[in-house]
Amino acid sequence: MKSRSTALVLAVLVLLGGALGYVLHARERGGGPQLVAAEASFTLEEPGLYYRDTATGRVARSPGGVADGPSCARFYAAGDRALCLRALPGTPARTEAVVYDRRFTELRKVTVPGIPNRARVSPSGQVLSWTTFAVGDSYAAGRFSTRTSVLDLRTGYLIKSVEEIPLTIGDTRYHAADINYWGVNFAADDNRFYATVSTGGRTHLVEGDLKAWSARTLRENVECPSLSPDGTRIAFKKKVSADPVAPWRLYVLDLADLREHPLAETRSVDDQAAWLDDGTLAYALPAHGSKATDVWSTPADGSGTPSLVLPGASSPVTVPPASR
Amino acid sequence: MMYLATTGRRSDAPPRPVGVGRRVPGTVVALGAVSLVTDISSEMVTAVLPLYLVLGLGLSPLQFGFFDGLFNGATALVRLLGGRLADRGGGRHRTVAGAGYLLSALSRLGLLLAGGAAGGIAAAMAADRLGKGVRTAPRDAMITLSAPPEALGRAFGVHRAMDTTGALLGPLVAFLVLWATADAYDAVFVVSFATGLLGVVVLGLFVPADPGAPTTLVRPTRVPKPAPVPKPAPSPKPAPVPKPAPSPKPVRTAPRVLADPAFRRVVVAAALLGAATIGDSFLYLLLQRGLDLPAALFPLLPLGSAACYLLLAVPAGRLADRSGRRIPFLLGHGALLAAYLTLLAPAGPAVAVLVLVLLGVFYAATDGVLMALAAPALPVRGRASGLAVLQTGQALARLVGAAGFGAAWTWWGPRPALAAAALALAVALTAAWRILPGRKAR
Repeated sequence: MKSRSTALVLAVLVLLGGALGYVLHARERGGGPQLVAAEASFTLEEPGLYYRDTATGRVARSPGGVADGPSCARFYAAGDRALCLRALPGTPARTEAVVYDRRFTELRKVTVPGIPNRARVSPSGQVLSWTTFAVGDSYAAGRFSTRTSVLDLRTGYLIKSVEEIPLTIGDTRYHAADINYWGVNFAADDNRFYATVSTGGRTHLVEGDLKAWSARTLRENVECPSLSPDGTRIAFKKKVSADPVAPWRLYVLDLADLREHPLAETRSVDDQAAWLDDGTLAYALPAHGSKATDVWSTPADGSGTPSLVLPGASSPVTVPPASR
Repeated sequence: MMYLATTGRRSDAPPRPVGVGRRVPGTVVALGAVSLVTDISSEMVTAVLPLYLVLGLGLSPLQFGFFDGLFNGATALVRLLGGRLADRGGGRHRTVAGAGYLLSALSRLGLLLAGGAAGGIAAAMAADRLGKGVRTAPRDAMITLSAPPEALGRAFGVHRAMDTTGALLGPLVAFLVLWATADAYDAVFVVSFATGLLGVVVLGLFVPADPGAPTTLVRPTRVPKPAPVPKPAPSPKPAPVPKPAPSPKPVRTAPRVLADPAFRRVVVAAALLGAATIGDSFLYLLLQRGLDLPAALFPLLPLGSAACYLLLAVPAGRLADRSGRRIPFLLGHGALLAAYLTLLAPAGPAVAVLVLVLLGVFYAATDGVLMALAAPALPVRGRASGLAVLQTGQALARLVGAAGFGAAWTWWGPRPALAAAALALAVALTAAWRILPGRKAR
């Protein structure tokens, strides 16, 4: 009896003492990277290929490669606006979506639950959209679901979740509890948008209308759509294999006749591809043997071979010279 | 005879609403303490694992879902196996349960050592699930073997209240560790490992190897205060029957324990009612939609019902001991039915509070009570396997219920689906009322 209590006290001291020691050690060592703002010298005025530098977690520009931008987990820019998603420290997971102007002055900051996933800005820079993975949400406990938000800078109106937009699949109005949207991106009119909707284990490409607040599916098995600058094609990842390690392949869909063709990239890409120009797509792939990713590019017509553009990078986006 | 409260006062002593009772055996309190400590350990990992995998390791959510779903199917089988092994006699309950607790604790080390290797992470998650599956039935069997039959309800109430306390504390501990270390996930795993081992130590020291034998009762570990609940938790313990499995694979013991008509009735009633439950996550989703709740508050919903469960588990257990366990079990499902009907009413904060309270009442009145209802119908040598069969059957039925509700939502929309669910539950409740034996089976 007494020896048992002694043993318990001893166990508590050893185990919890050891745990506390480890926590203190981890504290000394310092945890994750700090979130920093952009240096004053770093702006979007200089045209080039902007990206997230894996080593520093900050936005960088190529050529030059100086990672002096803000800390972002996902980054995109278009028109006069940039969108940066960053994971806030701690649990439960929260994401901060920050809207910047060309000089990286903060215009708007929104905090949403979940882990940063996709970020897009409409060509005009006026409508922004992003997706986070929400953890432990809803119907599939332990699974992920997504939460997609749309921010209209013209009105300042924020749609925290597009989930309840009336959806038509085929010809019928569709309801389900497990509806998830992700990868929203807007066309040049700042009204029409494309996205992936997932329900009942299938994914669909949807075309949405922001003003009319409605969405309809165009095609099955389309994820992370990315509208070309000329607005005629959509690059997307298509599930081509049941292998959980390599399920996807990049395709391009012609919106006029809904015909699709695979790209030369044969590796499985889990990214929303970005159009560097009307003929080239860029996307991130896991770097060999490390946690980093590299940015690769490949021709949009399916020809050629993929080439490495930026090692240790993700979230590529072309920023053209200022349009004034 | 062991008196936990120093005076013979009733369970309303304010500072310790949990586990205050007159005759809760030391073994039950010790098992409760093991569960409390283990749940802190496991819930703190559950709270950070998705973040760690996706943010820390850059795993895609698809891969995470794959890992997560991979081993759920095995859990049901392992649970049946754990029950069967424990029933072989010779004080194996503690050994089998202990192996399960130890395996789960060691799995944290696996997470730590795996670094970023997907195979290692998968193995660690599998080990955790195996441990969880193996230990549940022997643990509940030990509770039934160490408490006198007429006080089983309260014994389970005390155990479940302590268990839920741990589940509420886990995410809080994880939050504190992440805060103190600026997001060092490895520190969370180390703390979880140490806490898990502590659970095994408490089991080894304070739970007798053969709880069926007349016990020299140990001075129990102090019953902890209820959790302050300051922190959103991803999913604090909606149901103790852990994860559903794809298909029922009966182990050879199953038919034998099911041969007893009284026990068979309990299993059938539990399965019937389970098939008419829609799953908590749907309830929370409906609440969130109805209230247009900010998404950031969403994780708080399960906390509300868990807190209510925690507070009511002991009183419900006592009531079950007095009135016969059938009554609270059925009334608890009545509370669930009331929650469905409440959700059909126009949404408002009052509706939300009522639904959460009713859900807490449902768990308090049915979860441990079901074990207390079934156990007396089982032979001592078939306790663990019998309870395993019951828990597995209920989990599978709930899986069917949730899938059915999801389909109904898709076909008819949320409100008609909810109305249908309420109707189904009312029918199941009526049937269960008739199926369950009356007072004599207690």
